[in-house]
Amino acid sequence: MSTYVLGRLLSLVLSLVAASIVIFFVVEVVPGDPAQFMLGLNAQPDTLMALRDQLGLNQPLPLRYLGWVLGMLHGDFGTSYTYRVPVSELLTARLAVSLPLAIYALALTILIAFPAGIIAAARRNSKTDVVVMSTTQLGVAVPNFWFAMLLVLVFAVGLHWFSAGGFPGWDKGGLWLGLRALTLPAIALALPQASILARVMRSALLDTLGEDYIRSARAKGLTRRQTMWRHALRNALIPVLTIVGLQFSFLLAGAIIIENVFFLPGLGRLVFQGITQRDLIVVKSVVMLLVFAVILVNFLVDLSYALIDPRLRRQR
Amino acid sequence: MSIEAAPRPAASRADSYLRAALRSPNFVIGAAITIVVLVAAVASFVWTPYYYAALDIPGRLKGPSGLHWFGTDQFGRDIFSMIMVGARTSIAVALVAVGVGVGVGVPLGLAAAARRDSLLDEAIMRANDLVFAFPALLIAVLITAVFGPGAVNSIIAIGIFNIPVFARLSRGAALSLWQRDFVLAARVAGKGQVRISLEHILPNILNTLVVQATIQFALGILADAGLSYVGLGAQPPTPSWGKMLAEAQTFIASAPHVAVAPGLAIVLTVLGLNLMGDGLRDIFDPVLRRSRQ
Repeated sequence: MSTYVLGRLLSLVLSLVAASIVIFFVVEVVPGDPAQFMLGLNAQPDTLMALRDQLGLNQPLPLRYLGWVLGMLHGDFGTSYTYRVPVSELLTARLAVSLPLAIYALALTILIAFPAGIIAAARRNSKTDVVVMSTTQLGVAVPNFWFAMLLVLVFAVGLHWFSAGGFPGWDKGGLWLGLRALTLPAIALALPQASILARVMRSALLDTLGEDYIRSARAKGLTRRQTMWRHALRNALIPVLTIVGLQFSFLLAGAIIIENVFFLPGLGRLVFQGITQRDLIVVKSVVMLLVFAVILVNFLVDLSYALIDPRLRRQR
Repeated sequence: MSIEAAPRPAASRADSYLRAALRSPNFVIGAAITIVVLVAAVASFVWTPYYYAALDIPGRLKGPSGLHWFGTDQFGRDIFSMIMVGARTSIAVALVAVGVGVGVGVPLGLAAAARRDSLLDEAIMRANDLVFAFPALLIAVLITAVFGPGAVNSIIAIGIFNIPVFARLSRGAALSLWQRDFVLAARVAGKGQVRISLEHILPNILNTLVVQATIQFALGILADAGLSYVGLGAQPPTPSWGKMLAEAQTFIASAPHVAVAPGLAIVLTVLGLNLMGDGLRDIFDPVLRRSRQ
């Protein structure tokens, strides 16, 4: 068990190092002179010098990279060029919207997909199965931002149940108003993902239901329901969990589009403002943060395999 | 050495695929939708009801009618014509991105499988894992931050995302083939790894690749729509479905039809491709088909 965890931990660190090198290279090496890039062609020489200094561009590349990474490890992401505040402050404020949104959406995804997938597999080829499969086929094809617009049209413009966008803030609005503002965005994010997950759940269950040990379980007198809950579901969870892990990263990254639909002050809006204002420091930090989240989630998924599948624990 | 059944002649195989295809409702419906979309995209080069960029301010935000089938947008442009031209952009971006994924990913996957457990295999697979950690959207964000937005950059972003998908798939499929007797026979006959990969492995994983390509094509349409919605895709005046939706958002309360038509175009295209992919999988894999029924 511990060698398994150590192995995964090592690969986590290596992935992070590799990802940070890629991001550093794209943002700091490809544009040539990042300071010139950020300020545009008409920049004054002294402003250019000042920014070069601030970015540490006078240092050799490897030193700059090390400085960036060490800074991040201390929570120092540098200073945003347009906002003139530490990027870490911006990130914390924006994460307070993006992270709850992703978790909310993931919870909805699981809440919809698990029952739908289980029912479809248990009643294979029934009318319920057909309905679940066709609905999910449609759900997979719907772009989430378009679905978000339709939700706004119906529930905000038509029924006035929710506001069409904006975020009151956790302090001012409290938990209830905050969650309310995130509800339509979370539903929009969750529907296509739930469709995918329900289909994965169904096919993983059908695969395990065809195994010999399921037949043995039925032969020893367990009911259909008992075999489903005690044997099939647990074994079907491995592929399902893999997808859930991928989906969480997708929800976190995909939220940057949905945040634009609902004008939510999350990481997405931050990164797009960063792009239009050529604030490479902000863009670099947001991308690194999101990639870190993706890699971390994959690591956690790997660890959870060991919890679900005892064979992994004993073998390694 | 066990004796393997000789492969059936190509003609009879194609014939049986065709018969299976016509029996698969998924494939027939999916292919029909896809053909309609493709025809609309190609036709837009020679004919659209109106010139897609023709402005008609007095006739702006009009609902669907006999004159304008899908209505007009905020500048009085004909939405149907814009959707036809937009189809071209979306399809081109998604198709080239699949091409990038196949063109780079498949050779990498085949090479990794041919040298299983070698340093090369390890390097290719770890590089794949790394790319996998960057969702397509983030790649696009990085690229546009440095190079500026545009259709080419969304192709690159989606294409890069496609590479590990095809590399993993072809490696996995090729690994089991390398254990088969006909590959062993080819090795005994003195063929090198490259020749075996091209002559024996590739033809046998082609079905799997075609199915995956269809699915990635659909995902590419969705990704392109998302990127152009946030302004990272094709730039004006080129119409794209995502950008039409972004512009429609402002008028969604007063003129919902502007937002409905481009969205339905995306859904229909993706649905058609996905159904076709499902159908193809059933056709190529009769064992799976039987067990599923």
